[in-house]
Amino acid sequence: MRWIWIDRFVEFESGKRAKAVKNLSAAEDHYAQHFPGYPVMPATLILEGLAQTGGILAGEANAFREKVVLGKINKARFSREFLAGETLEYDVELVHMRPEGATVLGKVLVEGEIAAEAEIFFAHLDQSRSRQAFGESNFVFTGEMKHLLDQARRAGATNHGTVV
Amino acid sequence: MASHEEVLRKVSSTLVEALNIDEDEINPASTLAGDLGAESIDFLDIVFRLEREFGIKIPREELFPEVAQTSDIELLRDGKYTAKGLAELKKSLPFANFDDFEKNPEAALFGNLFTVDMIARFVQDKLVRSGKA
Repeated sequence: MRWIWIDRFVEFESGKRAKAVKNLSAAEDHYAQHFPGYPVMPATLILEGLAQTGGILAGEANAFREKVVLGKINKARFSREFLAGETLEYDVELVHMRPEGATVLGKVLVEGEIAAEAEIFFAHLDQSRSRQAFGESNFVFTGEMKHLLDQARRAGATNHGTVV
Repeated sequence: MASHEEVLRKVSSTLVEALNIDEDEINPASTLAGDLGAESIDFLDIVFRLEREFGIKIPREELFPEVAQTSDIELLRDGKYTAKGLAELKKSLPFANFDDFEKNPEAALFGNLFTVDMIARFVQDKLVRSGKA
């Protein structure tokens, strides 16, 4: 399974905010286990989607020179469950950027209503002094995700969409 | 002018937020790592929050200096700071209370120098220097 929990960027304002969408599909494996007979999207994977959106936003602001790792999630609040067939919007704002890391505030919207919120803190691995041994899997963006952003940019250019 | 009490209160509430602890778990003498459970990533988060909360700039070296993780054996040898290393630490952390640490300057205990009160004094000095207090 590919570890991409966003489908497409729909808005991207460099260094400020980004919006991505994620369509929940009943074909996703996790629904079989979470929970048998009562399929809801695991909250951790919702956070992963928010972190991927925010991680790309933070990484792009530095032209992807830094290795962005998810440092901590201080606050996360969920006000409902998420079901197959729904479209989630991950709306993320960059609130603080320093050489060592970045903080973002993220909202999850379903049909325009806020369904979850989280504050996510990213560390820049090469710049931060906390040189723990993070595995490669902890890096927020991979080549695949950068590709997703490029794809959105091209689509924005041809469709006169909102992607910058 | 922000009094030490005011700064201390604001620093405490910043730490309560950053570390997800209860107000009654924290007092001026609490050590960030030992008493409040801060991990290395939290220290970075705390710096970010203090900057936002107080509108100040904290260069990364200032609050958590590089000398703490030195590989220079003249400063840090066999897991303990040498007299020279200790002197360097004192110079870089003028707001820390070294009374206990001096008796057993183990690198592993370095985190205990960071108390709530130490952070508050650091911030207050910053505010004074930047003309905000």
